[in-house]
Amino acid sequence: MVQAVTKGSSTRRRGRVWFLLPAFLLYTVFAVYPLVSALADSFWTWEGTARGGFAGARNFTSLFTTFPLNQQLLPAFWHTVAFFVGTMVVQNTFGLLVAVLLVELPRARRFLRTVYTVPYLIGGLVVGYLWSLLLSPAFGPLNAGLHAAGLGSLARPWLGDPATALPVVILVNAWQYLGFPVLLFGAALAGLPPEYGEAARVDGASAGQRFFRVTLPLLLPSIGVVTILTFIGSMNTFELVYSLEGAQGNQPTGPGGATDVLGLIFYRVAFQEGGSNAIGLSSALAVLLFVVTFGIAVAANRVVRRRTA
Amino acid sequence: MKRFFGHLILWSYAVVALAPLVVMVLDSLRPNAEVLAHPLALPRSLDFSSYSTAWTQASFSVYVRNSFAVTVGAVALDVLVSLPAAYILGRRRFRGSGVLIAYFLAGLMLPVRLGILPIFYLLGSIGLVDSRLGLMLVYAAGGVPFSIFILSAFFRGLPAELEEAARIDGAGEFRIFARVMTPLVKPAIATVVVFRFVPLWNDFFFPLVLLRTTDRYTLPVGLTQFFGEFQTNWSALFAGLVIATVPLVVLFLVATKQIVEGLTAGMGR
Repeated sequence: MVQAVTKGSSTRRRGRVWFLLPAFLLYTVFAVYPLVSALADSFWTWEGTARGGFAGARNFTSLFTTFPLNQQLLPAFWHTVAFFVGTMVVQNTFGLLVAVLLVELPRARRFLRTVYTVPYLIGGLVVGYLWSLLLSPAFGPLNAGLHAAGLGSLARPWLGDPATALPVVILVNAWQYLGFPVLLFGAALAGLPPEYGEAARVDGASAGQRFFRVTLPLLLPSIGVVTILTFIGSMNTFELVYSLEGAQGNQPTGPGGATDVLGLIFYRVAFQEGGSNAIGLSSALAVLLFVVTFGIAVAANRVVRRRTA
Repeated sequence: MKRFFGHLILWSYAVVALAPLVVMVLDSLRPNAEVLAHPLALPRSLDFSSYSTAWTQASFSVYVRNSFAVTVGAVALDVLVSLPAAYILGRRRFRGSGVLIAYFLAGLMLPVRLGILPIFYLLGSIGLVDSRLGLMLVYAAGGVPFSIFILSAFFRGLPAELEEAARIDGAGEFRIFARVMTPLVKPAIATVVVFRFVPLWNDFFFPLVLLRTTDRYTLPVGLTQFFGEFQTNWSALFAGLVIATVPLVVLFLVATKQIVEGLTAGMGR
């Protein structure tokens, strides 16, 4: 590491403040302060925007005891877990396969990579609205296609049927995010020293052996990163479900609470269903979400690093 | 044989990835009555009227302009404040510099949207609710950790000789930073700009909560309003989705390298 001049004149040191201050202020006021403030707010009772008495842990217990939250929170948690697991499995199996296959296809690689990545780039809201049209029961192209193919019996209100809604939303999410592992694994594969694979080839290892014994272990850090970032993303899922199913998840065509996820519950508690103590309840939920996300992400990061160090 | 299956998988999935987007573009070019009668069909002639419906009647021209203003403004402000901070944090050691670096980088893991209520009341107290400027400030602040992370690593890697030579020539700290060092980290600036652009362009959560007036809506909130108002005009809905998609596709085509770099930089966290 290059170590630059450490000791300067005192004017130069005073000058540093002006380099650091704008970023420090912006970040502190509009990012750190709100989060710290949410933490503080979670320990008080609120009447609208007026702070009432000290609540201790009461807001936290209220999350699990007040109707309708107590009915929604746990299912939403499991839906979020299903979201994470489903997406993560697709990314680390099929996404990895696609990235590996792309290495062998240098000419079409750029085009294919773009095709796979577009859904990831355009974001959850656009993707959700697009699929809400494609999957619409009456005019949707998917059901029309099934009818045209003589498979009309399979056609159904995909997003409105509580039995199919969550799996379909998860599939759409996996479809959207496939470009992410393809790019990430692609970059990791490009960075692997080719000598390893060559040496194994010379030793007579088959393609399968080379992948599982040489490439895969070297990709473990990337798999760890994909998994952790997918976890963080799943905990924050909001746009996709909002656009596919509406904020309530039970719009005229929607499936009751079958697709509620934690990100959506947080929005509803803060802005729609929180009642007079919305600030207290939603802050408590924010703190819980933060602790779970941050805690698990940091712990997982440790494991990945230790395994690969 | 193996190669054949490889191609088969890749191209089949390309169809799966692309088909929804192709339907979106094709249906946006057909009259609405046709789209509703035959959801899966090719356009008989190219009909761009849905685009003018979305662009003028549904104010997409306004949404696109707002999205550009807010996104570009936020990224510019983010880079402007992060550059000097990253320069000092990347190249100087002083009492507290380690703590300061940790303070900024912790932001990589902080989900800013969990602070939405305090943000709302904070902006309210300074008259910046329902304001594009308020949204911009929140976005720029949320980008500071990533920008400092990328830029300080780049600044750190620059040779000290450059700086010493400039200092001997009598250049002051600011001049060295602005004239000598910053031009050398242009690739990192490009990565930050491109990589921050995408999530801000797509963001729905903050404008949903912070913006009230239609004239100030960014694309994602505008799109939501549009899907409510034009429920039955599917052709126009598809056209609106295309309008929201095109800038990002173009961005990816011209800046694949920066997007991949931004993604893989996340691996170093």
